[in-house]
Amino acid sequence: MRTILQSDALSVDAQSLTKVYGYGNTEVVAMREVSFQVQRGEVVALVGPSGAGKSTLLTAIGLINPPTSGNITISGCPVMDGPRPLVDIRAFRRKYLGFVFQKANLIPFLNALENVQVAMEINDIPSRKARKRALELLDYLGVADRSGNPPSTLSGGQQQRVAVARALANNPSLILADEPTAALDSHRGRQVMELFRMVAHEQKAGVIVVTHDHRALDIFDRILEMEDGVLRPSATGPSSWNAETRA
Amino acid sequence: MNLAIRDIRHKLSRFLLTAVGIGLLLMIVMGMAGIYQGLTEDALSFLERTKANLWIVQRGTRGPFAEISRIPWSLEDRAYAVTGVATARAFVSHTIQREYQGKPLRIVVQGLAWPKDDGSVLPLVAGRALGQAHYEMLADRTLGLRVGDRVPLGKDIYTVVGITTGMTGPSGDGTAFFTVRDAIAIQYDVPGEAIRLEREARRSRLEKQDLANTQPLLLERAAGPASQLPALGTQNVVAIMVNVAPGVDPARVAKVISGWTDVTAYSNDVQRELMLKSIERNRKQIGLFRTLLVIISAIIMALILYTLTLDKIHDIAMLKLMGARNRVVVALILQQALLLGALGYGLAYGIGLWIFPLFPRRVAITNANLVQLSLIVLAISILSSLLGIWKAMSVQPNEILS
Repeated sequence: MRTILQSDALSVDAQSLTKVYGYGNTEVVAMREVSFQVQRGEVVALVGPSGAGKSTLLTAIGLINPPTSGNITISGCPVMDGPRPLVDIRAFRRKYLGFVFQKANLIPFLNALENVQVAMEINDIPSRKARKRALELLDYLGVADRSGNPPSTLSGGQQQRVAVARALANNPSLILADEPTAALDSHRGRQVMELFRMVAHEQKAGVIVVTHDHRALDIFDRILEMEDGVLRPSATGPSSWNAETRA
Repeated sequence: MNLAIRDIRHKLSRFLLTAVGIGLLLMIVMGMAGIYQGLTEDALSFLERTKANLWIVQRGTRGPFAEISRIPWSLEDRAYAVTGVATARAFVSHTIQREYQGKPLRIVVQGLAWPKDDGSVLPLVAGRALGQAHYEMLADRTLGLRVGDRVPLGKDIYTVVGITTGMTGPSGDGTAFFTVRDAIAIQYDVPGEAIRLEREARRSRLEKQDLANTQPLLLERAAGPASQLPALGTQNVVAIMVNVAPGVDPARVAKVISGWTDVTAYSNDVQRELMLKSIERNRKQIGLFRTLLVIISAIIMALILYTLTLDKIHDIAMLKLMGARNRVVVALILQQALLLGALGYGLAYGIGLWIFPLFPRRVAITNANLVQLSLIVLAISILSSLLGIWKAMSVQPNEILS
């Protein structure tokens, strides 16, 4: 795998991403010529109506669902050239990407601590070291006292914090979150969003959050708005909407 | 971190219940192997024990185990006369069924060449060997008799003086040992009325001949016991067991005896082959049934592991999304399969040890059988996990989004 350029200021650089599902009469263009960049330490919201292509964009950048065309560069390393991977995708995800979803998706047979620890052990970090860092992360996110609890005994907010800790476990250069607050009340939802901001700034990771929750948009550094598979031109830079919300 | 162990711990009762099911299935596989082995051991145990070099049987038969053989007892003396023969003993064996204390009792009656053989070489677990020429018996413990029991057989009552272990006939019935003379008496016992009728018939046949008129004393002799009639032949036995003197080639002695036109001499090895051939059909039957059980076990285990994998599809997708290598996922399923197999095997062995001795026929679990079954279980575990592994490998990380 190509070495990541840690000094690269860009967390992700997406150029002309297009995703087409089906072919002929059933062809659907889910994403068309999407280009954007996210800096390290920057927290970006991705908003738009349902079916706008947000999740398609997120899964393309997350190397889960490759684009039909376009290029993706993460932390200075070109990773996708159209649908063709330029790196070992699974190994790249393991080392440089973190994911958080609407549901925490914690593994039910592991306790909170083990859920974080397993992400590091998968990445060949020795068990003892992984356990120590997992405890630090849970402490950092305020759920250290629940480290021995199985997921079923944690509240939705606690589960989501553990999921964030898991996403941070391998010091990823890019964190992708798909509606991480949808299952939480507004207070806890805001807490999680603030958590992303804190993580982005302190860990110097780029964070892209797909959200429908407009009440917490003031937390983000920038907002990207998608509609009908394309990024709205006004949203590719610092948004007036963002500015208004912050004001 | 061992994911397989943690998953098992999470659903421990379900895993244990599944293991018990697999264990019971494997116990049946183990039991079938034990019955198969027991059948062979039962058949061969007497041959192994006697260590006779040669078996003299009725010519043209494959007796005495695979087929009926009848030869005169006096052949024992003829065999002794052959150069190189150290011992020659009459062998009598037949199965009877009598009622004892209100229950049916099937016994393999076997004769010991008293006084040369008093049964002291048999594996006695209680009592003593035979101490007199008549009316004593040694009984295998599978017959359920105790030392001191008095068993009426024929017109006599026999006292149990010793208990043996592991002495069953090829059919699995317990063996009782008597002197050859007693064994013959039991075999040829006929009711008193039949004896009386036979004596009257002899007398009647003689009366129709001139001989009866010229020698009236003969009529008296004809109406007496058969043993007092010199014209009748000696009693029959089923075989003569021959042991040659040290340094003598049994084949050479066999060649001499085979020259006699009324008998055939088999070596112990040939007798062993004849014995195995006689139970070949049963062995094949059990062997095929066992093979079927192994296949069924593999299918059931595969379905269980597939179901266990289906339960974890979401978690496997998450692991893949986090970048877990395939070997992490394969290890999760394979280790569970191996643990299930190992636990099932242990349970099968434990339950088998407890339950097999209660079976009416011998279930012989040998080390070779245990090693063979452990390899079968290992193979079943690996093969049955393949279905689950295939399913897990086909899981895509994006399934976490669904």
